[in-house]
Amino acid sequence: MHALATLLPVGAPALPLDEAGKYVAAAFIVFMVLLVVYVAIMAAKLQRIEKELRELAGFAENRAKGEEAAPARDEVSAR
Amino acid sequence: MYGKGLRPLSIATVVAILAAFSLVFFYAPLDADQGFIQKIFYLHVPLAITALIGFVIGGLFAIAHLRSGNRKWDAYSYVSIHMSVIFGVAVLITGSIWAKASWGHWWVWDEPTLVSFLIVFLMYATYYPFRYAIEDPERQARYASVFAVTAGAFVPLNFMAVRMAQSLVHPRTFGTANGGLPGEMMLVFLCCLATMALLWVTLVKFELTAKSASGQVKRLRRALDAPAPGGASRIAPEVS
Repeated sequence: MHALATLLPVGAPALPLDEAGKYVAAAFIVFMVLLVVYVAIMAAKLQRIEKELRELAGFAENRAKGEEAAPARDEVSAR
Repeated sequence: MYGKGLRPLSIATVVAILAAFSLVFFYAPLDADQGFIQKIFYLHVPLAITALIGFVIGGLFAIAHLRSGNRKWDAYSYVSIHMSVIFGVAVLITGSIWAKASWGHWWVWDEPTLVSFLIVFLMYATYYPFRYAIEDPERQARYASVFAVTAGAFVPLNFMAVRMAQSLVHPRTFGTANGGLPGEMMLVFLCCLATMALLWVTLVKFELTAKSASGQVKRLRRALDAPAPGGASRIAPEVS
């Protein structure tokens, strides 16, 4: 502990806990907020991907129905 | 494919963060000189080390891309740099808070450690507009890789230059003639460093998984010849 104390800046006295606690809390809260914001952005991205996938699934289903209906029409017209 | 193992990794990261922060507040002794404010050290320094190593890893992935021409490595490089820039933002903010509490100033311009980190951060901040300015994806990936290699090489050089500089205010904690951190503090610090590294890996994997999913959706759209939704990113490389 003494070795570290000699390396730290001279004239930087220990802050009383109430004042120091404010800064320490701010630093850790900033970290957590950044993490939460990042996760929220990623969640929004994943929602967008999910929406696109739903659209594509709908598009593929409609196309498949159209292809099924087309041969049936051809058969009717051939008769 | 990229999402494999993401869930246990995420759970391990959350547990590691909780454990590391518990060690910081309930196990690590109070510093004799700085007192409670020194707790920021366990957050700020591991974040900085992880960010700098992340930049170097981004450079190594860029070398792999330039050697092989495989776009996968470019995506890895991009995501590594992207994550390190986010960590860099956290480093600058937590560092400023610590500086204000310790030195009475939010920023000290004649302190080599602070200014050098800011230079590295700003250099990497130009990576995005640099990528965005190039339309052709192949050229974009190649130029971005050259940037990542050059900037990645600058990071350790910059670190060594700062270590050689005589600092008046920034403490030297490791490998000094007067000894290093006491055992308990060192243990907590190493736990925090491992936690931040784990967080970095998890977020990189998370980002790669999202990019992979986005890339697969685009491939599917092309295969189905479906209309594009618009608003697609030109910056971020695709992962297939």
